[in-house]
Amino acid sequence: MLSILLIILAAFFFTGIIIRTKSLASGRKGPGILQPIRDVIRLFRKGVVYSETTSFVFQLAPTVYFASVVMAMLVVPFGQSRGVLSFNGDFIFFAYVLALGKFFSIIAALDTGSSFEGMGASREALYSMFAEPAFFILMGSLALLSGHTSFQEIFAYLHIGSQISYALAALATFVLLMIAMIENSRMPIDDPKTHLELTMIHEVMILDNSGFDLGLILTAGYLKFAIYGALIVNLFIGVIPYQYAIPAFFAIQFLIAATIGMIESFMARFRMSHNPQFIVVLTSVSLLIFFGVLLILQKFI
Amino acid sequence: MQTLQIKNNQSVPVSEIPGMDYGAFFDLNTGLVDRKSQRHCVNYFGIPDGGRILLFCCIADDDEQIIHLSSCRVNPTQKYASFTARLFCFEKFEREIHENFGINYSDHPWLKPVRYAFDRADKSQTIANYPFYSIDSEELHEVGVGPIHAGIIEPGHFRFICNGEQILHLEIQLGYQHRGIEKLYLKPQKLSQLATLAENITGDTVVGHSTAFAQVWESLCGFETTPNMDLSRIVALELERIAIHTGDLSAACTDIAYQLGSSVYGRLRTPIVNFMQEWCGNRLSKGLIRPGQDRFPFTQELADRLSSILDIFEPDFTEMNKQLFSLPSALSRFERTGVVSVADAASIGVVGMAARTSGVNRDIRSSHPTGLYNEIRHEAIVKHHGDVYSRVQLRKNEVIQSIGYLRRLIAGLPVKTENIGLKSPSSNMFALSLVEGWRGEICHCAITGTKGELIHYKIKDPSFHNWLALALSVRNNEISDFPICNKSFNLSYSGHDL
Repeated sequence: MLSILLIILAAFFFTGIIIRTKSLASGRKGPGILQPIRDVIRLFRKGVVYSETTSFVFQLAPTVYFASVVMAMLVVPFGQSRGVLSFNGDFIFFAYVLALGKFFSIIAALDTGSSFEGMGASREALYSMFAEPAFFILMGSLALLSGHTSFQEIFAYLHIGSQISYALAALATFVLLMIAMIENSRMPIDDPKTHLELTMIHEVMILDNSGFDLGLILTAGYLKFAIYGALIVNLFIGVIPYQYAIPAFFAIQFLIAATIGMIESFMARFRMSHNPQFIVVLTSVSLLIFFGVLLILQKFI
Repeated sequence: MQTLQIKNNQSVPVSEIPGMDYGAFFDLNTGLVDRKSQRHCVNYFGIPDGGRILLFCCIADDDEQIIHLSSCRVNPTQKYASFTARLFCFEKFEREIHENFGINYSDHPWLKPVRYAFDRADKSQTIANYPFYSIDSEELHEVGVGPIHAGIIEPGHFRFICNGEQILHLEIQLGYQHRGIEKLYLKPQKLSQLATLAENITGDTVVGHSTAFAQVWESLCGFETTPNMDLSRIVALELERIAIHTGDLSAACTDIAYQLGSSVYGRLRTPIVNFMQEWCGNRLSKGLIRPGQDRFPFTQELADRLSSILDIFEPDFTEMNKQLFSLPSALSRFERTGVVSVADAASIGVVGMAARTSGVNRDIRSSHPTGLYNEIRHEAIVKHHGDVYSRVQLRKNEVIQSIGYLRRLIAGLPVKTENIGLKSPSSNMFALSLVEGWRGEICHCAITGTKGELIHYKIKDPSFHNWLALALSVRNNEISDFPICNKSFNLSYSGHDL
């Protein structure tokens, strides 16, 4: 229960902090931290315009997408406190309920019949497909290490003691952070600020969405970021009491947002053809974690 | 047959331009350009002459600093062999002649509309039924972009044929910006109105086009420019080059999502355009260049102000260059993207920056210098790879070069001379002016009638040739790299559409 409250709170600030970091880095003042939320509230008050070429799929998709993110949020724990849902194998549920939402946003993009949105959909499908093994090898390794298969138990039993486990936690943070960047279409994979339809991935898929639907999609995006942030926090706060864990949660979320802002300020995005290479590298980093776990469990050699 | 040879900015009586039959005209002009990298066609156009069409062809020779003129009368009902079948660099010119006068070519490979002039020969060709090239295949798909774009840019339609992410073919359809500028010149009106028209040919090359117009007009009137007029024009041209190149560097950074470059170069452009505001009251230099007068003399105070602006500009610019050109993620986007090969560039007759980045040394400042360019002894910067990186680097280097020229030019100001009145243009004359704007070679031609009135005005913006270079550069590239290729050329829609 606690995790949901914290994630929603973090989602309020997360995107605002990224934008503010980028503004400051380029010498501008930038909008207020809560501007993304204000935008969403404005959108929620608006009606929706549907293109005549679309079918019910297009109207259904934003809701399904939003619902999938909320469902995924339910299984995320916070330290010792379980998520609303917690069962064996819930991390598989987590990944595939998000995939379901993504599936709907992809078919909705195809439903518009626009060549841009078709391109965006194919890119999004390809990159999520490449990112999937990285997530499962990572979570599988952690499950192997802890001997449990639900998020809460995995994180609760994940104690960082030896030097190898420090290395593992660092690698896992990197993998989760990068998956968060891919899933949320941030740099260096995608450029959320661009106006160039031909280079977009996620943004181009939602070109036809407006008003309330667009608000739902944006909100889901903010939540998704905070969810991945929460997963990263969970790697470190396993047994720490709440009075330290909760400030640590916000500090780490802030740090992640600021890091993303800095990355987006000081580097160019990848060429589209380099993206798959980069994403597949995450899988090999996950494999490193897997071998590290085998070493710790002395199942290797 | 011989051509009439003139210098840049020279005017000659129309009757002196040798006329010939089409066969001789064809052999002469294609012979001049064929396999001669120092020669290229700067303008080739027709004017109605009774029921027939009088064609003028202007071929510039960069080595000898002359322009070859020749003319030919053709009959619009007849079919002619096209220059294009032999040399691609005539492609756009012949399409334009075909569109305007309905002259048919028996072997032109790509006889499509150019800009849908209001009084075009074939009114059934409209912007809605443009004959796009298409390929039938299950694997390929077409992507249409524009004419309304997501950014604040001009309208133009791009039709891609793609195999997945890879572009096989790009066709660019223009003409949405056609305003009939050349026809507007023929209306009887004040000189200041004509000069204003020149400024509005393309909004980003105000100095380039207004200088070309002023030179054509002064040449028709037999006016000699004074040293302070020459100075104002060259300073304005180089400042325009610095401002636009810096802005383009910013835009290139925006397209690869490099925020630091985007905001720093964007900021650096501002003091330069603000200086233009201080000088002539307009950030785009509108109202600065007028035929026969130096409206805003470049004073010592302005010179001091400019040199202090450049002193602040240069270190920041150099520092940002160091950052950008050593950033691996940026270089991986620029290098080997959007390549125009040296052979392609030479065959399609690109001009200006696009030519110089593909190893073709074509720069009016050194090949046909006028005014103070004779003293500067400009040496063109030439790059050989023809990719986005070359085009970005060329901009950087040209900005640094222009700053050097400006410092030399404003070190000693000429003695101010009074404006002398302009005479009215001579009758039955042909005048041609070439100016190297920031984008490349601008060519204005004017022909006067029996009373000295304009009977034809022909404008050629560098974009006219160079759009084809963009279409070639993106072949086999990823479609997601199209925006950066497009930005690296930064061609003008209105300059093409007129």
